[in-house]
Amino acid sequence: MNNDLLTLSGVHTHIGAYHILHGVDLAVPRGKLTMLLGRNGAGKTTTLRTIMGLWRASRGSILFNGQDITAFSTPQIASMNVAYVPENMGIFSDLTVKENILLAARFAKNINQVDGDRLKRIFTLFPAVEKFWNHPAGKLSGGQKQMLAVARAIVEPRELLIIDEPSKGLAPAIINNMIDAFAQLKASGVTILLVEQNINFAKRLGDTVAVMDNGVVVHAGSMKELADDEALQHSLLGLAI
Amino acid sequence: MNLKDFDWKPAALVPALALLVFPFIGSGSTWVTLTVAGLAMGMIIFIIASGLTLVFGLMDVLNFGHGVFIALGAFVATSVLGSMGDYTSSSSMWVNMLAVLPAMVIAMLVAGAVGLAFERFIVRPVYGNHLKQILITMGGMIIGEELIKVIWGPLQIPLPLPEGMRGSYFIGDAGVEKYRLIAVVVGLLVFAMLLWVLTRTKIGLLIRAGVQDREMVESLGYRIRMLFIGVFVVGSALAGLGGVMWGLYQQNVVPQMGAQVNVLIFIVLIIGGLGSTSGALIGALLVGLMANYTGFLVPKAALFSNIALMMAILLWRPQGVYALSK
Repeated sequence: MNNDLLTLSGVHTHIGAYHILHGVDLAVPRGKLTMLLGRNGAGKTTTLRTIMGLWRASRGSILFNGQDITAFSTPQIASMNVAYVPENMGIFSDLTVKENILLAARFAKNINQVDGDRLKRIFTLFPAVEKFWNHPAGKLSGGQKQMLAVARAIVEPRELLIIDEPSKGLAPAIINNMIDAFAQLKASGVTILLVEQNINFAKRLGDTVAVMDNGVVVHAGSMKELADDEALQHSLLGLAI
Repeated sequence: MNLKDFDWKPAALVPALALLVFPFIGSGSTWVTLTVAGLAMGMIIFIIASGLTLVFGLMDVLNFGHGVFIALGAFVATSVLGSMGDYTSSSSMWVNMLAVLPAMVIAMLVAGAVGLAFERFIVRPVYGNHLKQILITMGGMIIGEELIKVIWGPLQIPLPLPEGMRGSYFIGDAGVEKYRLIAVVVGLLVFAMLLWVLTRTKIGLLIRAGVQDREMVESLGYRIRMLFIGVFVVGSALAGLGGVMWGLYQQNVVPQMGAQVNVLIFIVLIIGGLGSTSGALIGALLVGLMANYTGFLVPKAALFSNIALMMAILLWRPQGVYALSK
């Protein structure tokens, strides 16, 4: 079996008149955490949204588990056990924390039908989810919302987690909590594709890395290799890790 | 949601408005009569508007053709009630209900079925384009009105209240029309049912979530298009029910009645906050009360009063009284 769970080959994406992705080639190895790095406007978020079918690839192919999902709708892709946490977290702020979790458990009609063991694990990873269980999600802090967004993504067994900038706007202490949580998720064997601007975050978690610039992947390899090569970091990201 | 988290200020506007006008009306019995009439009118408008607000909230669709389902419901009621004279002429309200209830159910079924076709052939091709939505749904309403004229004729048709629903109950000197009480009860039942579905069922949860962020609902694996079709059909059916209620309230129906009510509905939706069911209820009650109070106090300012009310509300809360987080 191919070791790559997700493969993008020559993916182009247009949004209206704008040509954003210019032939993205990306492989996400099974069971690993792949970091997608790059400057603002490099095309990272567009890549994630194209994988999820939220924006259509105008050329190229996207394979998931060997199946071509390029033309699949977003619900079809999500039904293949792919979870997506967008940059804005996608929290339903007028619903309670409990209702947000229930929505993510697609086959549960009420909260009693949600897998209890998974819920316990979520509460251990993210105590705030349990603490504010019956509170409106809109009243949570930024860090708590991010925890809820990730909790929602893992309330059902997933093969792939796609997460867009989870550390954005969070306090350092919360970022450390998030890093611990992702490390535990990684240890459980789930495959993760994570966009990040926080280099420390990337360095501590990433197994493999892809760096984007101007709508293409300009570098792919191991995270350690990039972390150890200051000159490469400067040339790709304009800074050293 | 906990009651302590509920924003009571907009809900308090309804009793506040009623109490505010009391000194101007002077007579307690007149005030009671006008208030019940306003609440009844508000409840009927709420029944009509509740579906439309969800349609807008869920799919960002501006359906200016909603009025055609109101007219359709009312005209279907003229046919059903007209053929059940034995039941409508009885002095017993319960016997009358044996005619009114089937009229309501058939009107809802017809309006829902037409709503399904309206969504498929008129609304679906113009998703994402507000200007085209406004133009084509207004066009759809005009066609609908003409088809109503073909079937029922262009003239006004009387829709008299069944015998047992006429007259008034008296509370002291205050006369309260029986039908207005029925309208309040039906409106409360519809609101309770909507509230139950929206807060206690998974479908309701999906609708509320979809109103806030439909893209995220799709990312969780749900086909929001199917949900929208369901909401559109239910919204059309509720407009059909509202049409029956409105027709009986006015005691006559004309093919243009939908377009006439449309103005009030959009005022209600804007006051309430687009996409908000609770907001639609508060908006409808305020509009109903305002129309009745000004109709009594300053008849010439009746229509302007609701526009002034909308402007005042928007100055206070520019997104409506219960604006949804998007």
